[in-house]
Amino acid sequence: MSSRGLAYAVAAAALLGLTALAFAVGRYPISPADLWAVLAGDAPVRVESVVLQIRGPRVMAAIVVGAALAAAGSAYQGMFRNPLVSPDILGVSTGAALGAVVAIFFSVDTFVVQLSAFAGGLAAVGLVYWVGSRLRRHEPLLALVLTGVVIGTLLGSMIALLKYLADPYNRLPAITYWLLGSLASVAPHDLAAAAALALLGLAPMFLLRWRINVLALPDDEARSLGVDTAKLRTLVIAAATLMTAAAVAISGIIGWVGLLIPHAARLVVGPDFGRLLPFSMLLGAAFLLAVDTLCRTVSSVEVPPGVLTALIGTPFFLWLFALARRSW
Amino acid sequence: MLAVKSLAFGFPGRTVGRDVAFGLAGGEVMCVLGPNGGGKTTLFRTLLGLLPRQAGSIELNGQALESLSRARIARLAGYVPQGHAGYFAYSVLEFVLMGRTSHLDPYSVPGRQDREVAERVLESLNISHLAARPVTEISGGERQLAVVGRALAQEPSLLVLDEPTAGLDYGNQIRVLERMLRLAESGIAVLFSSHDPDHAFLCAQRALLLAEGRSLALGAPVDVINARTLERLYGVSVRVLALEGGGHTCLPALRP
Repeated sequence: MSSRGLAYAVAAAALLGLTALAFAVGRYPISPADLWAVLAGDAPVRVESVVLQIRGPRVMAAIVVGAALAAAGSAYQGMFRNPLVSPDILGVSTGAALGAVVAIFFSVDTFVVQLSAFAGGLAAVGLVYWVGSRLRRHEPLLALVLTGVVIGTLLGSMIALLKYLADPYNRLPAITYWLLGSLASVAPHDLAAAAALALLGLAPMFLLRWRINVLALPDDEARSLGVDTAKLRTLVIAAATLMTAAAVAISGIIGWVGLLIPHAARLVVGPDFGRLLPFSMLLGAAFLLAVDTLCRTVSSVEVPPGVLTALIGTPFFLWLFALARRSW
Repeated sequence: MLAVKSLAFGFPGRTVGRDVAFGLAGGEVMCVLGPNGGGKTTLFRTLLGLLPRQAGSIELNGQALESLSRARIARLAGYVPQGHAGYFAYSVLEFVLMGRTSHLDPYSVPGRQDREVAERVLESLNISHLAARPVTEISGGERQLAVVGRALAQEPSLLVLDEPTAGLDYGNQIRVLERMLRLAESGIAVLFSSHDPDHAFLCAQRALLLAEGRSLALGAPVDVINARTLERLYGVSVRVLALEGGGHTCLPALRP
């Protein structure tokens, strides 16, 4: 097997192993034999309900959210020609956060919060794209990034204002909880909707995987190779935004995955998007699943995954960076 | 192959050059000379449709440039821009394969035939041994060849090279000129810019002298490159010497 094939195999095996482990551990431990019994369909009702109803959606949510954030990050890093770019660069997370915070502020139910977060993410990127592409005197990528930063800051201050105004006894904790991210209360039908939307975003990325490589070249070069960069970039931004917004809507803000995982994946399989995309997704799913499993098992109080991704991610990233032969 | 008539070019709101006209046939090599900021790069970008022209006409292979799609232009004209930096560690083979993009459907990836073209190109440039090396880790001269390779993988009839010798050592400069001659022998039209008038003498049939965006002279290098035109272009005094056994060379006279 080639070394790249080996990398895929190891990542897939790690994801499988972690999935089994995630089903097994928790407040109500489940033995491998019981897990097998659930698969075979003859487990006790209590075991089955823990595995399928309580842990199932959460494990699946970690896999979907981790894979989606990593995929979006891979596309953004290539397109912005910068390995330190995360899917938030055009404001999708901040927009989603504002959407969620507004909904929580007016105390509506979970479904509306998710919908509002999703819509907020898309609207923020739409606004950034609209303003950025009107700044025609500047290099298009630079205009987009700067607009993203500026509008992101504006949205951030609106979030801060709402937090300041929110009822400190029941609204503020809910807002803070959402902003720290959590996979604890993802309902199966929400997960299905998010997964479907994420797949919808993944499809064009997969189909255009070769051209997305060319997009990583300077604009003039990509165009001289026959690529309509403006059109392709719009499509990739739309796809990556859809994926990120769908993920963030059910999980809240979970940082680091979209930044760290694509970078780590690139160090292993190289920058070719056709290889990077699946490997990033495997790695992102495994990473977030590991983090979320730790979150619910290390202490009696759940640790927010957004905190743990950074605590684990930072040393892991530095270790990987020190180990790597090439810069990115 | 390339026909340019009374062309004006520049950026929105700012005209860089005007009244440029020339034609270039397959197998011909033409050198554009001019000072920094004289409009060479802007001219090339306009010829490739990367910047809209402001007036005049450009015909590529007998068709108006604006009637051609990006992909069609890419199959006709290869572009070697100045100093590609390389952001990501694509292998040289992957990098050259990117030149095949205009021959592929939007959703497909390079296949066996594309790989064969890329490998043939690497071989013709004597850089097959670099195929698996990341473009970010090879020397500037090697990277320049990789960019030329990418343009050749487009299988173009016209090759536009913007200062292909910039930043290369003396040996690599000569080797790049040799390669351009060989490409022209294979029927490709070659248009390149240089800061060294000797390069025009060495390998170009024609030279275009570009000063402040206007064509100062156009013709065989021996006819248009002389003390007067070089003084006009660069503001320095240079003697052009005819060499025994053929050929010309420039000898600058340093002022005390």
